[in-house]
Amino acid sequence: MATVKLNNIKKVYPNGAEAVCGVSMAIENGEFIVFVGPSGCGKSTMLRMVAGLETITKGDIEIDSKVINNVSPADRDVAMVFQNYALYPHMTVRGNMAYGLKNRGLAKAEINTKVNEAAKMLKIDDYLDRQPNQLSGGQRQRVAMGRAIVREPKVFLFDEPLSNLDAKLRVQMRIEIKRLQRRMGVTSIYVTHDQTEAMTLADRLAVINDGRIEQMGAPIELYNNPKTLFVASFIGAPHINLIPARFENKKLVCGNLKLPGFKNLPEDIELVLGIRPDFLRPDTKGQLEIQVDLVEQHGADNLVYGALKNSSNDTELCFKTTQNTLPDIDSNLKLKFEQKHAMVFNKSTGERLI
Amino acid sequence: MKRVQFEHSTIPYLFIAPQIAIIAIFFIWPAGQAIHQSFLLEDAFGLSSQFVWFRNYVDTIGDAAWLQAAWFTTIFSALVTFLSLGIALLLAVKANEVIRGASTYKTTLMWAYAIAPPVAGLMGNLMFHPLIGDLYKFFNAIGWDFNHKLDSFDAGFVVVLIAVWKQVSVNFIFFLSGLQGISKAVNEAALMDCKSPTRRFWTITFPLLAPTTFFLMVINITYAFFETFGIIDTTTGGAPGGSTNTLVYKVFQDGFRGADLGGSSAQSVVLMIIVLALTIIQFRFIERKVHY
Repeated sequence: MATVKLNNIKKVYPNGAEAVCGVSMAIENGEFIVFVGPSGCGKSTMLRMVAGLETITKGDIEIDSKVINNVSPADRDVAMVFQNYALYPHMTVRGNMAYGLKNRGLAKAEINTKVNEAAKMLKIDDYLDRQPNQLSGGQRQRVAMGRAIVREPKVFLFDEPLSNLDAKLRVQMRIEIKRLQRRMGVTSIYVTHDQTEAMTLADRLAVINDGRIEQMGAPIELYNNPKTLFVASFIGAPHINLIPARFENKKLVCGNLKLPGFKNLPEDIELVLGIRPDFLRPDTKGQLEIQVDLVEQHGADNLVYGALKNSSNDTELCFKTTQNTLPDIDSNLKLKFEQKHAMVFNKSTGERLI
Repeated sequence: MKRVQFEHSTIPYLFIAPQIAIIAIFFIWPAGQAIHQSFLLEDAFGLSSQFVWFRNYVDTIGDAAWLQAAWFTTIFSALVTFLSLGIALLLAVKANEVIRGASTYKTTLMWAYAIAPPVAGLMGNLMFHPLIGDLYKFFNAIGWDFNHKLDSFDAGFVVVLIAVWKQVSVNFIFFLSGLQGISKAVNEAALMDCKSPTRRFWTITFPLLAPTTFFLMVINITYAFFETFGIIDTTTGGAPGGSTNTLVYKVFQDGFRGADLGGSSAQSVVLMIIVLALTIIQFRFIERKVHY
């Protein structure tokens, strides 16, 4: 259990590339923090800086109010779960889990107890004497988790731990990780590019873009109230509907489409109207009209896709509806949204205006 | 069509024919000749020969000079293998850590690979020459009464030094590629689990290099046995007093210099058996401990 603090940390590589450009955050005791962002945004670099696998160019990182910039990775009391598991291929599962403890000089009996306990918790106690190459991907993942758990570290670090698993296992492990973290109450930082993982796991979510935090907060807050176009489009599945527009004569204009009800928007810049698929519903008095071209049936929900009519360019819209709503392909459908669910962004800066 | 099956054709045989021909001409035939000759006693001009059963073998194994050569070969091979592997591993680990100018380091360390053993021997000859050799002068200057022409320890030192120097580069290349084959994430995981670099090396890096090490050990022993011929021939020539004779060099000396074809054939057959036994031991007992 520990607090972690990043104070304006920066990472500049020798070739001048800036991977992390001044990130600050305070992580509470026992909090589950997720860094989410597209690949190359610097989220993994930040995690590796906390782990001690990357040097910190500027700023400092504190664990329990102690600056750890120059502390070796083994002395930081953090444990990491790697994307490709990084198990020691020449050791058994038991050997893998015990290795870190042995090097810290624990007694054999104590190591055994801890390993057995963790193995039981992760349901890998039957494989303790196997080599990693005799295990399936999911089992290896558990061993990697076990190796981190036995250490009883102050902080857990997860570097896209589920991305090598198949879809079903990923969901299952996601739930287990969350349960485990709740039970152990260890401060955790989790890096992923998968927004579903991010939304479901995080106590607080940091959306990272280009080495900066775009927005940080509870997942649902980021979903409902994104501050930038980037956050709005990154968070949420299915993807938010984005309609390029301009503000003319007190109306939001997109080609022949004119939407009233918007106030106080600048007239001289390009705007983007964003509406989540969940907030569009078929209604004969709807503001938007689409020509349906695809219906995806997910079981409980259907996702209906179609081209926005009367717009100046090809804009695809999507809305979420119930199992029984099955519009015909090529039929025209009017969609309604509540004014309070409409978000307007400045297209060039990405800043949220409404 | 039920399943794909190739008709018996001659094409596969044609493909392996060159290899078979090479093995037949350069290995099976001479080996057969050697076995045949090892049972014969021949006069120096090759005009007459007599079948003598195992007398050549008895004479060979019982000979003090052969036993000495066998002993020297054992020590020599062990030293060359151990030293060239050890030094190469150390260099490879260090070169692997270098970030700036890494390729220059690597190229420099690999250079010696391109030198043929006799050339390495000639270079050694120059360096240890009693009149112009810098190393000869240096060793004598620091108080070591060094003379490899007279002292068998010094002579052994010279051939081991040259043989090791020549072999380090080969081992270095393999160790370096072995090191680069170890997953970066595994190294990082170890970095978080173990603080001491030495301990990390012996518990993670070295075990993961074991396949490379085993392979190199086989290669190096073979090298020490056979390929050092050129080095010994150009430096000591087995002198002083046959103390730097390896088994291979003795086969050559007795057969081509001493014109004892039967005896040298018997020696080469014994050598073949030794190498065979050694190979079996290596694969049977050591490979088991190697984790692939």
